[in-house]
Amino acid sequence: MKILVCIKQVPDMESRFRPDAAGTWFVEADLAFRMNEYDEYAVEEAVRLKEKLGGAPELTALSIGPDRVLEPLKKALAMGCDRAVHVKDAEVQNKDPWQIASIIAAYAKDQGFDLIFTGMQSQDRGSAQVGGFTSELLGIPCVTTLVGFAYDNGTIIAKRELEGGARGVVKLKSPALVTCQLGLNTPRYPTLPNIMKAKKKEIVTLAVSDLLKAEHLTKTTSFHPPAKKGGGVILEGEVPDLVNQVLGILKERTAVLR
Amino acid sequence: MKTLLIGEYREGTLLDSTYELFGFADQLGADAALFLVGSDSRLPACNCPVYLADAVSCSEYAPDLHKALIVEVVAKEKPDYIVFQHSSYGWDLAPRVAAALKAAQISEVVAIQEEGVFEVCCCNGKMRRSVKSTTAQTVITLQTGAFPLRQSEGNPQVIEVVAGSPGTMEFVGYEPAEEKGVDLTKADVIVSAGRGIGKKDNVPVIAALAKALGGELGASRPVVDAEWVAHDHQVGTTGQTVAPKLYVACGISGAIQHLAGMKKSDFILAINKDKDAPIGEVADVLVVADVLQFVPAFTAALGK
Repeated sequence: MKILVCIKQVPDMESRFRPDAAGTWFVEADLAFRMNEYDEYAVEEAVRLKEKLGGAPELTALSIGPDRVLEPLKKALAMGCDRAVHVKDAEVQNKDPWQIASIIAAYAKDQGFDLIFTGMQSQDRGSAQVGGFTSELLGIPCVTTLVGFAYDNGTIIAKRELEGGARGVVKLKSPALVTCQLGLNTPRYPTLPNIMKAKKKEIVTLAVSDLLKAEHLTKTTSFHPPAKKGGGVILEGEVPDLVNQVLGILKERTAVLR
Repeated sequence: MKTLLIGEYREGTLLDSTYELFGFADQLGADAALFLVGSDSRLPACNCPVYLADAVSCSEYAPDLHKALIVEVVAKEKPDYIVFQHSSYGWDLAPRVAAALKAAQISEVVAIQEEGVFEVCCCNGKMRRSVKSTTAQTVITLQTGAFPLRQSEGNPQVIEVVAGSPGTMEFVGYEPAEEKGVDLTKADVIVSAGRGIGKKDNVPVIAALAKALGGELGASRPVVDAEWVAHDHQVGTTGQTVAPKLYVACGISGAIQHLAGMKKSDFILAINKDKDAPIGEVADVLVVADVLQFVPAFTAALGK
């Protein structure tokens, strides 16, 4: 059995984002990068399945981007993936979701993966397209927004999260692609011994030009902060002063403080 | 210009968000036709063509089948835009339809900028991108609440669409949301904890403020996922939607799913060390401070 987990590296969302010179993405300098949170759940779920099946499945983690994406790949290896594939692309931010999916599909098509796990979206783009596109390109079924997953002998029972907290339960056969929602599991922290063990695992490097044949279908024309809606007050300063100001405002403008 | 709107229907009910699709078509100044897997006894209030597939025979969730039916209708209607809600139904189905049509997809649109260019959220709601489609047809998903609801007089012209092959997945059914022990919708004051509180041990600091204000404790999704606070306290799209007299957001950055659940509150006070956090977009007052310093001081001042 073979399993693929697709992960993306994204900046820490607490960062301050500044538009780059072209005005179409952010300046990367000074940003701390990490594994896309949704993808951490994908890695964890794949590793749990491998453990449940007695370690038999071969687990490959794949990421597309410049050399900095080796970090989340190493984390995935330390969490329990067996090998990593780094699709080297210095211009990954200029690829649209269709091209990203095309790259993944070009890599995966002859590999015979039984299951492909990924996050339901990335924290930086949030398009929620790559999973769906990839499954369509590979001609395999896809379940998105996973909050429950069970696999037994080729049959998958997947629970999708719906608005209001209800769930939709779907049954399907592998091969399949699933996209993971937050809360699906509790992603583990890599332990020191596992981090050491991961250093010996294989990382394959592929050139993006060998895999990408598709043209983009969308283009980002601007990256900018949201228009200020106005009305809101921003208070800064020392805590005791802030407390007094807030008390005054709440007394004046709400009925809850008397 | 022409749009094909993809309506939503769940557990035997037409979802109100369907009317936001009409609001978008209006703003675009485009003609609309609607596709709906639903029921002829629950037709939307509109006076446009409605391509209706029966939810009993087609299943409410059968993405392969729904995709095939939409592609058929697209061939007849030749719309410029195929428009979904950015919802568990829409974000699941839209890429399948876009791939089948070899059309561009633009996700979670919040505003129309010009012909073929739309504004979308990025960086967890902190920033925006303008995205241009480079294909003749474009698949779009709309952020929930970004466009006004629009119903219209008149009668829909129903065109029946017949189910084809059911596809590769079996929809087993729905599991209801967990029982809610806490009804946040009845509270006058809600004080919510976000990831910015740092760790589970700090939840009592937030709960103490809720108590001092005579309110209930709420929480954002990451705090619930991390099991710092029980699920029935969750505010947002997948938790409870609330509109208290006072909502205090402590260390909550303001992901759209959270904002959608609380932005109708009468007064919103946010405490966050990040001045640019998206919660600032809906807050009446944003206090730029460390939650763990401000909240205890504020709670103490209330007791005086």
